[in-house]
Amino acid sequence: MTGTIVKSNERKLTIARSMAEALAQEMRIDPTVFVMGEDIGTLGGIYGNTRGLIEEFGPERVRDTPISETGFIGAAVGAAQDGMRPVVELMFVDFFGVCFDAIYNLMAKNIYFSGGHLKVPMVLMTSTGGGYSDGGQHSQCLYGTFAHLPGMKVVAPSNAYDAKGLMTAALRDDSPVVYMYHKGLQGMGWLGTEPGATVHVPEDSYTVEIGKAKVVREGRDVTIVSLGIGVHHALKAADTLAQQNVSAEVVDLRSLVPLDRDTIRASVAKTGRLIVVDEDYHSFGVSAEVIASVVEHDLSVLKAAPVRVAYPDVPIPYARVMEQFCLPNPAKIVAAWAQMAA
Amino acid sequence: MTPSRDELAWMYRNMVLSRRLEETISKIYFEGKTPVFNMANGPIPGEMHLSNGQEPVAVGVCAHLTAEDIVTATHRPHHQAIAKGVDLDAMVAEIFGKATGLSGGRGGHMHLFDPKVNFACSGIIAQGLGPAVGAALSRKLRGLPGVAVAFIGDGAANQGAFHEAMNLAAVWKLPFVCVIEDNSWGISVPKSASTAVARNDVRAAAYGIPGHYVAGNDPLAIYEVAGEAIARARAGAGPTLIECETYRLAGHFMGDAEAYRPKGEKEALFAADPIPKMRARLLAEFGFSEDELVAAEGAAADRVAAAIRFARDSADPRPEDALTAVFA
Repeated sequence: MTGTIVKSNERKLTIARSMAEALAQEMRIDPTVFVMGEDIGTLGGIYGNTRGLIEEFGPERVRDTPISETGFIGAAVGAAQDGMRPVVELMFVDFFGVCFDAIYNLMAKNIYFSGGHLKVPMVLMTSTGGGYSDGGQHSQCLYGTFAHLPGMKVVAPSNAYDAKGLMTAALRDDSPVVYMYHKGLQGMGWLGTEPGATVHVPEDSYTVEIGKAKVVREGRDVTIVSLGIGVHHALKAADTLAQQNVSAEVVDLRSLVPLDRDTIRASVAKTGRLIVVDEDYHSFGVSAEVIASVVEHDLSVLKAAPVRVAYPDVPIPYARVMEQFCLPNPAKIVAAWAQMAA
Repeated sequence: MTPSRDELAWMYRNMVLSRRLEETISKIYFEGKTPVFNMANGPIPGEMHLSNGQEPVAVGVCAHLTAEDIVTATHRPHHQAIAKGVDLDAMVAEIFGKATGLSGGRGGHMHLFDPKVNFACSGIIAQGLGPAVGAALSRKLRGLPGVAVAFIGDGAANQGAFHEAMNLAAVWKLPFVCVIEDNSWGISVPKSASTAVARNDVRAAAYGIPGHYVAGNDPLAIYEVAGEAIARARAGAGPTLIECETYRLAGHFMGDAEAYRPKGEKEALFAADPIPKMRARLLAEFGFSEDELVAAEGAAADRVAAAIRFARDSADPRPEDALTAVFA
């Protein structure tokens, strides 16, 4: 952001700090909110999103857990059903493999199994994303895996403003919310950080409505739909395309469940072209769902076949050149436009 | 710790109520399923896991609980639901998949939820442990009364979730009791072939908490041990692990041919049926009269008949209501 004029009232926060701020503000006004997870206490979270909480709220409400994801996520479901508002952290989304029963057979289904008589107000925070050579069990996004299964709301912020507002909204929701934050956006220097994610965040508490996408750049010729870090790739690609006199509109989904199909459809109705950028796997996922939202609604708006820029259907490789080859990036989006316009 | 006369009457009444319900369900279950057995047919479709024979564990434990305490149960939940005070009409209607059921037909017999008495169950082995531990944590954090009891089967002690939940409950010293119903079978696999220790109570040592084994499927012995554990939990002294020997008089589910049982086992189990045994003890040792017990048995049969009638007379859910209640 060098060269930007910083306004005097600007208060730039990283996503990590804005998540922690939302948690702290809600914990101050709602004694039923508490946080559990691995290394979320004294350490403040591997990704900084619980920093400062244990100092203010103590170890009862900011509980370091044993490495027992099945145990403490299952416990959060029981606490939520009993009237609390637990927040749990699954350190890497990849670790869902050891605890998915607690997530999708318990957390996601108990409201339904109770016929709506129970609330399950809990937030499952989890880190996503690669790009830093952490190998195939610490680099996935798995957005589609979670969004596919009914009973969980799913959000994925691309910047600190949305991160705070979505967290506050999630904490106040009576249904379980999976809060998927991308490591490359967290503002942790050691992970390499997308500067565009660190934005002005109002100090006062506010919510960003779950289930509402946002047009973050208006354009006429093509709609680029993405989420999380992909939004930043899309914005960079839009800058490049603008130099080619192509006007790209960028839609930040912000939520996957509920999916704001109306905003996607309205944008594509205007531009006639659709590129979906998703760091999750290519097949059976978010990118297909976004395209289906358009084509099953009104095929006639499309001037060209939609294109996906997504992660190939392979486990995530370690070697830097291999991983970077697989990841979405602005150049691939520009190339997708070229393919579409040809 | 000995149950009072009222508690004894309550325990017997609930054992009989559960047994009458399951006997009735087991007849209705085959409506529409003969001559060709198809699980999808009849007024009660799907799997049906009966708990008959295991009633002593439910009443021996739940005699110490009130509505504010929490129980999580298993895929075999009827006896525990009854002992916890789940509304019988709504429970039976749920088993019939009716609109008046506990969850309007969305759950079925493995997913009985009654928040009014803090009862929930789950179809996945060992899955109730985490939520029970979490409910116990909720009470401890808020300084509210209440003990959480997770009922599981002996097979569940071999699940990873068991270890995680027990450790969590112990390290956080929560008001929690795990009650293992040891019916010695995991569907067709005997406990001796699945479990490295003969008794799961010894596993309590791994968590630094008390462990007890109660032999004999004896409701009074279970009452005594559970009473100590629940009192301990209420006093803030932390969790206890209890394993109770019990017997599954039926198959794993209805339709199970039970060819895996050794010859003579069923006959021996029925000879040791805990309900006639308790009946005899109430008469011989506790001063109950024959008339009293006959009246209790009659009342149980009437209550079951009324619940079945309620369920049969209730409307099916509107199909499109399947699309509601996904979120709160």
